[in-house]
Amino acid sequence: MPHDGHDHTDPPDDLALRVKALESLLVEKGLVDPAALDVIIDTYENKVGPRNGAQVVARAWTDPKYKQLLLTDATAAIAELNYVGRQGEHMVCVENTKDVHNLVVCTLCSCYPWPVLGLPPSWYKSAPYRSRAVSDPRGVLKEFGTELDEDVEIRVWDSTSEVRYLVLPEKPDGAENMPEDALTNLVTRNSMIGVEKASAPGTGGAL
Amino acid sequence: MNGGHDLGGMHGLGVIDAKPEEIEPVFHAEWERRMLALSLASAAHGRWNIDVSRHARERQHPADYLRNSYYENWLVGLETLLVESGLISANELATGKAEASAAPTLRATGPADMAAGLRKGHPVDVPPTEPPAFEIGSVVQVRNFNPTGHTRAPRYTRGRQGTIAGLHGCHIFPDTHSVEVEEAHHLYSVRFSAEELWGSGASGSAVFVDLWEPYLEGL
Repeated sequence: MPHDGHDHTDPPDDLALRVKALESLLVEKGLVDPAALDVIIDTYENKVGPRNGAQVVARAWTDPKYKQLLLTDATAAIAELNYVGRQGEHMVCVENTKDVHNLVVCTLCSCYPWPVLGLPPSWYKSAPYRSRAVSDPRGVLKEFGTELDEDVEIRVWDSTSEVRYLVLPEKPDGAENMPEDALTNLVTRNSMIGVEKASAPGTGGAL
Repeated sequence: MNGGHDLGGMHGLGVIDAKPEEIEPVFHAEWERRMLALSLASAAHGRWNIDVSRHARERQHPADYLRNSYYENWLVGLETLLVESGLISANELATGKAEASAAPTLRATGPADMAAGLRKGHPVDVPPTEPPAFEIGSVVQVRNFNPTGHTRAPRYTRGRQGTIAGLHGCHIFPDTHSVEVEEAHHLYSVRFSAEELWGSGASGSAVFVDLWEPYLEGL
């Protein structure tokens, strides 16, 4: 069974068979349409992902009016770029500055802004992150290699309602004159969750 | 409920062990793809809502919840929902064999409607009928309550004092929504200092939690 290295959460070997049996039953009973299953998988594996969020961030970095809208009505601002739908119905964007660093978690399950970031990575859904992001955010950030000055206030957003949070990372030094398209390459998924800063120009950055 | 899902502040769960972003796939196995799709497609029948669905996962034994992988918890939740809603029988689940065709009024959502549904989502805001009890800056305390049903007030906030930092309007209330009663209440962003939540050793951070009016008392 392929696994992701979380030894204590490895699925039992019969899990794939159990899912297959359930799918066969639901198809046989006419309760699910296989073509609709394909639409769901294709949407979240290939179409919706963190490149959407990177477009939002890059636009906010280059267009002050758009940034203003993003910080006051994120749902409308994100819809302007046509990123809408499930798990993004009520969006709030929180801005990182030199004094404030924002970090998003869902301690109770795995709430995450799908239209802008896609499905959450394994670690975001994992018990270690969910348990400690609220009680030891500095320690959590260090595990991602992110060290903040002691006087930076960390704001942790626990996604307990249907409101979904997007972090607007700080525009990195050296990126002042970059065009919007190039800026998207500096915006990593992790920087929009808040566990990292955006990449500095010339360091590789996002895919 | 004070279940195995309510993890904020818990210790001993290990390192985060994040894979580098550029190499982590969206799904780690084919069965995970199927699990996501089956969950969303089954939910399209409207037999349960998101809070009923969350509660179905939370009701597991805490040891099982924590031991299971993420999508395994989805599988357990979906099996529970399918049987409890009557879409399948316990015997069908056990044998994998269909015993009777779905009622004629049930029609699986097709690909075009599914795509439209994903784009539409499920907004939960409702026009308010009462003004909010609190305003930005109001000092509030989360009620010390321990419901055995579904709630979205994390344990670590109960009995703690915070400050209203934002108003989100009226949103459907998950505690009653999880038993199919649709009420809406004012939803607030409440700021808690790290010291208030975790003691005098914690500092330099704050936790913002979205909490509905019935969870809160004015001070």
